[in-house]
Amino acid sequence: MTQDTSGTTTPMGFGRMHRKEDARFIRGRGTYVDDVRLPGMLHGAILRSPHAHARILSVDASAAEAYPGVRAVITGATLETLNLAWMPTLSADVQAVLATDKVRFQGQEVAFVVAEDPYTARDAVELIDVGYEPLEPVVDARRALDADAPVIRDDLEGRTGNHIFDWEAGDRAQTDAIFERAEVTVAQDMLYPRVHPAPLETCGAVADFDKVTGKLTVWCPTQAPHAHRTLYALVAGLPEHKIRVISPDIGGGFGGKVGIYPGYVCAIVGSIVTGRPVKWMEDRSENLMSTAFARDYHMRGEIAATRDGRILALRVKVVADHGAFNGTAQPTKFPAGFFGVFTGSYDIEAAHCEVTGVYTNKAPGGVAYACSFRITEAVYLVERMIDVLACELDADPAELRMRNLIRPERFPYTSPTGWEYDSGDYPRALRLALDMAGYDKLRAEQAERRRGDGPQLGIGISFFTEAVGAGPRRHMDILGLGMADGAELRVHPTGKAVLRVSCQSQGQGHETTFAQIVAAELGIPPDDVEVVHGDTDQTPFGLGTYGSRSTPVSGAATAIVARKVRERARLVAAAMLEASPQDLEWSVSETGGRWSVQGSAGHGRSIQEIAMAAHSNLELPEGVEGHLDAVTVYNPPNLTYPFGAYVCVVEVDPRTGQVKVRRFVAVDDCGVRINPMIVEGQIHGGLADGVGMALMQLMAFDEDGNHLGASFMDYLLPTALECPSWELGETVTPSPHHPIGAKGVGESATVGSPAAVVNAVLDALRPYGVRHADMPLTPANVWSALRGSPLRTDLAIT
Amino acid sequence: MQVPARFEYERAQSVSHALALLDRHGPESRVIAGGHSLLPMMKLRLARPEVLIDINDLAELSFLGVEGDELVVGALVRHAQLLADPTVGRFFPIFHDAERVIADPVVRNRGTVGGSLCQADPSEDLSAAFAAVRATAVIQGPDGEREVPIREFHRGPYETAVEPGELLTRLRVPLRPGAGSAYEKVERRVGDWPVAAAGAQLRLDGGVIAEAGIGLTAVGAEHFAAPGAEEYLTGRAPGEEAFAEAGRIAAEDCNPQADQRGPVAYKRHLAGELVRRVLTRAAGRAAGRAGDRQAGE
Repeated sequence: MTQDTSGTTTPMGFGRMHRKEDARFIRGRGTYVDDVRLPGMLHGAILRSPHAHARILSVDASAAEAYPGVRAVITGATLETLNLAWMPTLSADVQAVLATDKVRFQGQEVAFVVAEDPYTARDAVELIDVGYEPLEPVVDARRALDADAPVIRDDLEGRTGNHIFDWEAGDRAQTDAIFERAEVTVAQDMLYPRVHPAPLETCGAVADFDKVTGKLTVWCPTQAPHAHRTLYALVAGLPEHKIRVISPDIGGGFGGKVGIYPGYVCAIVGSIVTGRPVKWMEDRSENLMSTAFARDYHMRGEIAATRDGRILALRVKVVADHGAFNGTAQPTKFPAGFFGVFTGSYDIEAAHCEVTGVYTNKAPGGVAYACSFRITEAVYLVERMIDVLACELDADPAELRMRNLIRPERFPYTSPTGWEYDSGDYPRALRLALDMAGYDKLRAEQAERRRGDGPQLGIGISFFTEAVGAGPRRHMDILGLGMADGAELRVHPTGKAVLRVSCQSQGQGHETTFAQIVAAELGIPPDDVEVVHGDTDQTPFGLGTYGSRSTPVSGAATAIVARKVRERARLVAAAMLEASPQDLEWSVSETGGRWSVQGSAGHGRSIQEIAMAAHSNLELPEGVEGHLDAVTVYNPPNLTYPFGAYVCVVEVDPRTGQVKVRRFVAVDDCGVRINPMIVEGQIHGGLADGVGMALMQLMAFDEDGNHLGASFMDYLLPTALECPSWELGETVTPSPHHPIGAKGVGESATVGSPAAVVNAVLDALRPYGVRHADMPLTPANVWSALRGSPLRTDLAIT
Repeated sequence: MQVPARFEYERAQSVSHALALLDRHGPESRVIAGGHSLLPMMKLRLARPEVLIDINDLAELSFLGVEGDELVVGALVRHAQLLADPTVGRFFPIFHDAERVIADPVVRNRGTVGGSLCQADPSEDLSAAFAAVRATAVIQGPDGEREVPIREFHRGPYETAVEPGELLTRLRVPLRPGAGSAYEKVERRVGDWPVAAAGAQLRLDGGVIAEAGIGLTAVGAEHFAAPGAEEYLTGRAPGEEAFAEAGRIAAEDCNPQADQRGPVAYKRHLAGELVRRVLTRAAGRAAGRAGDRQAGE
């Protein structure tokens, strides 16, 4: 190990080291899509619908077209002539690129102006005159299936209502039978409200269509560049080898940058129409109003249990608000994502869930914001239900959880809905979290405070299990593209290496983590490994980064491709040492990796020496190619199952409803940690997300379908002042099927933390007879809950 | 990127120059100082001034200090300046309480006292703080200066006594020896607009309340004040029950509107609770200051 000036060390493999990419980020030298400036580039702006639901009577763009500096105005009618007015979504639906018949949510794309500069484009957008006939909107998802509800998707033939799909999992009969004879049953309605990942960088694109070569280059902050390229090829009919998607540095994705947005298509059409590169960058309000939201699950949970707290069965019904177009991003066979894993971390005999997807007059989306394909909703449901049961039984929520957790000897564990959990020791993680928190002392302090009428203490627990790293291609694809990912590794003659991967970092630190995986396998310093990603002309095919899949899938591919190179190096070393390959042994020391003759450590060659020899005039045995490189495609045999135990401590002022998060203890088990510092950073971010969702983030809609959270004045992100100093702990149960035992961690804290915060607030309110209130627990909501009527947080407060 | 509609820009060199520019460009021109309210509104295209008149160079409006028996706060005094000033903190802790919870340091470094008052946002904290201490606004126009009591300054949401062609130049706040003051707000998150907020100043004399000033923010209180509660307190002995009753009166007299920060009943409740709290703290500070004064005498 070498000491660097900051006091951290650069390990020859796994361990803490500063992120290689940070040098450019902290100097402001990153290249985001808005930094891309091409000669002759034009700028686009989108006209959006002010109405949630309205018929388009006319679109008059003549004044905009005549405005000085405007080069083109594209409307739905323009796109219809190109057969591009509608595009397929990631969920077998279609979405309007630019509206033609109706607008179906406030903020929907109606027209696109291309001009010499962004200011002119914005000014000209206002000159487009659209005639609307307002229609009654569907705002309340619970009323979307009413017989008299307006039909949103009359563009779909034969559609007479707003029903999208029904999906179920588990054994209904067995579950119902247990409920019928159970000693105790509890039920609770709860909403996981619509939230938005709100990445610092909004969405945008630079499209450059070269009429001479026929090549289309699109710079765009996509989490899945290869999938985008294939979709452009399939939808627009452009030859795939003539499309290059470059995903430059991304300022946060969180799942909101998986799909293809109308603005991307507009930029491409704009470039084709004008013959010049076109940049389109959305502003903050556009991002919040129109790009992928998350959650919006109206859930009813029920638990059947014994009187002494053994959980027997779990039953769930969900109305899922998918907005105006079904555009959720998840594997094809999973219309409710991985919600089916809703039994969580508990050994429950039977379970059943039904999910009904509905259209409403809101933006499309639903799977985003680090949700692990809806496991966020599932964890929230079960963790809230456990506390509701604890309330009913007057039981301690920690003991109740401990009693029902899946025991370590049960792994691999098959859940009642058919998921095979790969590994875990849940009681150990929960015990560690409780110890770190000083649980008994906290309960004593709580009892003390309950004797007064000052701020009350609340202690909330959440135990989560995730299923990430999608996934086995037999079960999992997106629009027919299997979820396997490639990796290519090339070691240069001097022993430096370049790794090319299909996943795409949005801030996760791939350039460091993946270099460390190569370093661990080949015994070369991480700084000697360049990681290339985000450019379809430069990297192998794969489905990208979301659902915490980079380390479980691309990380595995990286380890395997490095091992292939190491095996090639063995053959070269054998030729160098004039020994049999079987007689060589591999070792990695502080000075690096080395193949040596067994039992004779001095008789060996370093990986750098082998690399040079592999490119030299050394005679190689029959069948051994020269050079030192390899390719692989990794098809995961199963998902990985990271888990964790969280304890949140809050103070609630019952007179004002204000909540202060005093402490947060997070014990995470993501298997083997490659760079613990990056893992901790991911957890810190996810915990802040959880505080935000639980306490302040809110996108409600008024009765006209107006979006009430369309700016950062209304949609509140947590700051350092709302977050305590996180207290992190860890246990390590390596994934048995992953090459390096890693499980993925990108979404763990976002998935696990909201329930801990909500449980803590409701724990504080328990003496007041409050059993449940929906997120976000704003002061007004807490105060209203104390008076017996918590707010309906998806609708406007009246 | 959110960009405003096209506008012209002028930079004033003096108060008289600013007034001349206002006169020349007429009602479609707007004065800009810190810009933390106006610029976001322009970027959202809710405001579309044709001309911006920048007064940031008018050093004469940045004065902050005691003149005679008054605190004088120039219209161009930044929030951060008000917050950092020890004299302000000594005489009017209400301003420091309020400034600590106004937006964030970045906004406070740039935003101005005059801009806050002239924006006349119903959720603006300083409007209530100045109402509580019964300040006087000094307004300059082409025909010279005029004075407007702060409780006549605000004519409604986003409407003030400053006429087109005029400029708010400073606030004058009478020093009240022995008085104590405080401000408190409930917000959904640091930097958010208040759900509700209240400020109070109390001057005690001979064990009774000689003068009470109460300001209310974001709850639809006329002129950001609570005269009914003030009247109730005057002449009474300070104490828990009196403060709770004053809170009750203030809550009854205000007229909050429901929005995503909370329903009417909650905001009304908060008005009462916060008035009770700031009166309690103001009385505590008044008692503390009375002690200081005696010790100093």
